[in-house]
Amino acid sequence: MRAVIAEDSVLLRVGLIKVLEMGGFQVAAETGDAEGLLAAVAEHRPELALIDVRMPPGFTDEGVRAAMEIRRRWPGTPVVLLSQYVEERYAADLLSANTSGVGYLLKQRVADVADFVAAVRRVADGGTALDPQVVAQLLLRRDSDPLARLTPRERGVLGLMAEGRSNAGIAQALVVSESAVAKHINNIFAKLDLPVVDADHRRVLAVLRFLGASRA
Amino acid sequence: MTIPAGLRRTVLRAQRDTGFLAAGVLPHLALVPVWAWAAATTARTGNWLLTVSMSAALVLLGTPVLTAVQRARYRVLIGVDVPGLTPTAPERWTWASTARWLAATRPWRKIGYHLLLGPLLALLELLVLAVAAACLAGVIAYAWSWALPTGIRQDWFGYLTQLPAYTAAGLLLLCALPWTARAVARAEARLALGLLGPSRAQRLQERVDQLAVSRTDLIEAVDAERRRIERDLHDGTQQRLVSLAVNLGLAIAARPDLPSDAREVIARAHLEAKEAIAELNDLVRGLHPAVLEDRGLDAALSGLAARTPLPVRLRVNLEERVAPNVESVAYFVISEALANATKHANAMRVEVIVRQVGEVLRVRVTDDGLGGADAAAGTGLTGLAKRVGSLDGAFHVSSPVGGPTTITAELPCAR
Repeated sequence: MRAVIAEDSVLLRVGLIKVLEMGGFQVAAETGDAEGLLAAVAEHRPELALIDVRMPPGFTDEGVRAAMEIRRRWPGTPVVLLSQYVEERYAADLLSANTSGVGYLLKQRVADVADFVAAVRRVADGGTALDPQVVAQLLLRRDSDPLARLTPRERGVLGLMAEGRSNAGIAQALVVSESAVAKHINNIFAKLDLPVVDADHRRVLAVLRFLGASRA
Repeated sequence: MTIPAGLRRTVLRAQRDTGFLAAGVLPHLALVPVWAWAAATTARTGNWLLTVSMSAALVLLGTPVLTAVQRARYRVLIGVDVPGLTPTAPERWTWASTARWLAATRPWRKIGYHLLLGPLLALLELLVLAVAAACLAGVIAYAWSWALPTGIRQDWFGYLTQLPAYTAAGLLLLCALPWTARAVARAEARLALGLLGPSRAQRLQERVDQLAVSRTDLIEAVDAERRRIERDLHDGTQQRLVSLAVNLGLAIAARPDLPSDAREVIARAHLEAKEAIAELNDLVRGLHPAVLEDRGLDAALSGLAARTPLPVRLRVNLEERVAPNVESVAYFVISEALANATKHANAMRVEVIVRQVGEVLRVRVTDDGLGGADAAAGTGLTGLAKRVGSLDGAFHVSSPVGGPTTITAELPCAR
């Protein structure tokens, strides 16, 4: 799988390349700014773009804007944003259109190489990878919406779902059986008033419910 | 022979003061010919309308020049700075703006100074100069008498009685001269400050304006410094630490064949690096949250509320982004209030309301905790009150024991 990296810190870029290569990616291009990133994506049409939020020239949210531009111009290109801090507003910007093939992770997660590689793979396969901290932010503050009706365990499951994990992944993380996870998820769908139409679709809806709540 | 320093200083000062007084005579008398001419012509022709308007025009034209001359004289000769009014931006002519200009510059005081007080001051100055001349003459009278032919000198009895008396009187006057000259010069400076300078109210107003500007500059400098530190840490130290943690993580992942003790050491270093990153993140966010700069108060507050381990109801109603320093103070007020609610108040829920009403940003944080917070007890609240005060805002804490606690801040945010 071909990947493009945009990260202005050279030190970290070298580390990211190693981590991605270890995860079975080929790094087709590396760049330090948003313009270079767009050019690289246009040229290589990668299966993953790994982007730092803060890049030259403004060192503000160039990465977020570049990521949205990439999603607009080449829909379906999996994009992972890396940030020193996770702000749900950046995540909401990025996820407002579509939650598949999108990731938003804290930079320090890269250090947990195996987890990071797994998260990046999920995104490259069209899944979602939200940083647990974003998820925690989204979960913590709502009180007046259906999320308040969830039990702590169900919140935990929804959180992992929002991070983009499969039932098996959630079961592994919580050290419970997969059937228990399925039961929790059904409860979540019921409490969030998500009708039975298509099980996969409802997962995304549940996550979106989350993000929608974040702007209330 | 050495002249004692004290004496030399007195002589120099007397010289300076009398020079100053002498320089004042001409400008102080400058308007006398104008009104003397006006009086004389009126008396002769009876045409007072013409003479009064002519002399008034001359006086009006002469006043700024004479004022400038006097200012230069005070500044150059005795080092007294008679400040003029700082020029303000010209306004469109209206009766009101004219009235404001008159009230600010008070031209009649200057005219009065040059027209009426000037001649009196000139008389006073001349008097002091005359006394100085007389005492000099007295002091050296005896010496000059030696220039007279011997016969005349010896025939004149006053040579023995009058001349020493002149000398003594001259010496006495000479001793009094420095103080007299000084007193007159000081009195003149006082009058000039009162009549040619701005009034006390104006001086205070200007001072207040200056202080307001310098305070704003200072606050902005501090904020810029915080942002700079934040950026340096973010782009430097944090990246290095992350890179270190990544490399340690890679070492663990890539070399499963390492001996277990080496793995343990690396794993511990890895953990420490990650903890250091987390700590540094909190520290840097406390300095100046990046999202506040990028996305404004609303976004920064939603992140802040999200990180607060309490249900926070957040309502932000802003028409547009306010000035960065207002955003920054509002953010820190709310951040501190939320931290207090979490740490001390034992609150169950918090409500944050931010509204812009006209040119005021209203911030209100209410929690349902224990209450009893005291803004005067040297806590973080005191610091907040100071920060709000630095923007001329109002800060209020209502926290009866038993709760609820409400913290309000009103920040002026006119652009």
